[in-house]
Amino acid sequence: MATAILMPALSPTMTEGKLARWLKKEGDAVKSGDVLAEIETDKATMEVEAVDEGILTRIIVPEGTEGVAVNSPIAELNGGAGEAAPAPAARPEPAPAPAAAAPQAPAAVAAAPEKDWGETKPTTVREALRDAMAAEMRRDADVFLMGEEVAQYQGAYKISQGLLDEFGAKRVIDTPITEHGFTGMAVGAAMTGLKPIVEFMTFNFSMQAIDHIINSAAKTLYMSGGQLGCPIVFRGPNGAASRVAAQHSQCYASWYAHVPGLKVVAPWSAADAKGLLRAAIRDPNPVIFLENEILYGQTFDCPVDEDFILPISQAKVERVGKDVTLVAYSIAVSWAMSAAEELAKQGIEAEVINLRSIRPLDVETIVASVKKTHRLVTVEEGWPYANIGTEVAMQVTEAAWDWLDAPPVRVCGKDIPMPYAANLEKLALPTVPEIVEAAKRVTYK
Amino acid sequence: MVQAAESATTKRRAKGSNREPVLSKEQWQQAYRDMLLIRRFEEKAGQLYGMGLIGGFCHLYIGQEAVVVGMQMCLEKGDQVVTSYRDHGHMLATGMEARGVMAELTGRAGGYSRGKGGSMHMFSREKGFYGGHGIVGAQVSIGAGLGFANWYRGNKGVAVAYFGEGASNQGQCFESFNLAALLKLPVIFVIENNKYGMGTSVERASASKDLSKNASPWGIPGEQVDGMSVSAVKEAGERAAQYCREGRGPYLLEMKTYRYRGHSMSDPAKYRTREEVQKMREQHDCIETARTTLLELAVTEAELKKIDDEVKVIVQDAADFAQASPEPDEAELWTDVLLEAK
Repeated sequence: MATAILMPALSPTMTEGKLARWLKKEGDAVKSGDVLAEIETDKATMEVEAVDEGILTRIIVPEGTEGVAVNSPIAELNGGAGEAAPAPAARPEPAPAPAAAAPQAPAAVAAAPEKDWGETKPTTVREALRDAMAAEMRRDADVFLMGEEVAQYQGAYKISQGLLDEFGAKRVIDTPITEHGFTGMAVGAAMTGLKPIVEFMTFNFSMQAIDHIINSAAKTLYMSGGQLGCPIVFRGPNGAASRVAAQHSQCYASWYAHVPGLKVVAPWSAADAKGLLRAAIRDPNPVIFLENEILYGQTFDCPVDEDFILPISQAKVERVGKDVTLVAYSIAVSWAMSAAEELAKQGIEAEVINLRSIRPLDVETIVASVKKTHRLVTVEEGWPYANIGTEVAMQVTEAAWDWLDAPPVRVCGKDIPMPYAANLEKLALPTVPEIVEAAKRVTYK
Repeated sequence: MVQAAESATTKRRAKGSNREPVLSKEQWQQAYRDMLLIRRFEEKAGQLYGMGLIGGFCHLYIGQEAVVVGMQMCLEKGDQVVTSYRDHGHMLATGMEARGVMAELTGRAGGYSRGKGGSMHMFSREKGFYGGHGIVGAQVSIGAGLGFANWYRGNKGVAVAYFGEGASNQGQCFESFNLAALLKLPVIFVIENNKYGMGTSVERASASKDLSKNASPWGIPGEQVDGMSVSAVKEAGERAAQYCREGRGPYLLEMKTYRYRGHSMSDPAKYRTREEVQKMREQHDCIETARTTLLELAVTEAELKKIDDEVKVIVQDAADFAQASPEPDEAELWTDVLLEAK
């Protein structure tokens, strides 16, 4: 009986991969534990081992095929030893189409005017982040990258791919898994005028170092009467990835946004990632740069101009609308954009604001939008208590109370530690229907 | 073991005599003057605190002066120093002005941080002084970072990170030892073991009986040093500084020292006897030792008096300045939170 060998998922967020190489050919006998093939994900090259014994009767996906969806059949194994192998297929079937990945960003509809940077090209958020670091490291010898697995491993999430080769081991530094110590060390280096980029493998681990981020980095300029700045970037994936449970799925936007002396940035698109990271590295202050693992592999149009940079302080109107303002940051912008599409079908024109910068907050852009729509819904994956939506709603209440036609509504993560079970995790995070529902509530539809 | 042998030698010398020719007569004079300045400054600070002119926390360095003065004699321009909240002595030793330090203690505009930092938070990039840190142990990682900066820039600078024996139990110390040893950073870790972390004696806080060995798992040489002897400190400090400048990596010195006053101004110091303090003062005081040594080196009482008077004038001037300097302008409340991005 033939058993299908399926494309395996090799990381929590992997939806597809490249079948790099077959190590067995049709007709080969396979024992449990034999390496069948090599698969490249966006993070690493992994070996696929056989689980069952038998004869490899058919290779469905030829080597070199990209975008092979997780769980699609890549080969067939004849289970019973000695059983006659069916004739190989005359020719391999075309590779299956990539699985529907995490929601891709719908194209921006008539975005508000912003400086035109000219030509763009499709770029993943991952490439944009790497390009930003490489560009700034070329420009300024004082900039260096340190963190766990950033150098020889090429980045736990492959953000720093190629940087070690270009800049060498002095500027791309692997650290031991000791956030408290290496963060303090980076802060000390920054106090002398160097410009470290500290990569946290995820922001969850920044809690081990939060004393240095707040007490040593954020406060020193003030405590020194302006003498000693701390030009440093703390960056890494923030928030929920996929099925990694409570200790690895948390949004730190509110935590850091609370602190004077820090800037907090949360890019959504590849252009955000590139333009804002370059600005963060040049900024003379400590900047918290909150990325999102699910967005890393997503593709957006990104300016190719060598000087492309975005200011930290300006939100972007990603979609223009007149009926309700949706304010979001990071991956929540994707959800808000999808909700806006859905709302459009129902005759509600939503305006979507991508905050980009959490602190400073672009209150002006938000308030201008609310004065037009008279309605506000905030969207984020952080917990409800004292989250960024709370701040946005309060700012709007203070600045545009008379323009509001309905109480603002927050759509956010549920007030619980993140559960592991797939169904519960979905329920814990904001959903597009929740945003649609909230928008309808404030528009009384 | 070379390190063990060196350590034993240092101990032997320290026990024997303070008058080995580690320091020249001129260096003894300078050390005496610098230690006396710290002592008189701290006494004055204690006085101003009692008068309500200094608020909050105020941790005095009285008794420990030989450590920072001895170490500073081993440093060169461009080297960096970072320490805890017991930091006034370190600032004066690096050459920061008494006026600016005292005015910061009184929270005035003339202070090093324009009144916004206070006793625990002063800095001078010009003098290589990087604080002044109020969180126990934080300065150890930051000190590794100062050494990192020298390593990164490829200069010959050395960073000195001072911390107490209480802080030496902090996890980040060990993380910093590991990082510094991995990258061979030029950092001298100086444990100022004054026997008490606030009210808890070192025996009750540290299972390690010889703190100079605390970094030995990482191959970092360590020595126990008589921290009450400025010459012993200088001698060990030179060894450590040379080791770092040669690019061989970090070094650790455990200074056996003693603070005469409480942990801070509000500490009644009930955890030790009056006799214990008295014994240290009478038998091991670094300034008395320097004074005796100088007299034996044929420096006259009159010459010593001249130094005493000079120090007294500096301290009184600092105290006057610290009281005359105005409080910071109210507009200062909002400045220095962020730098303008270019």
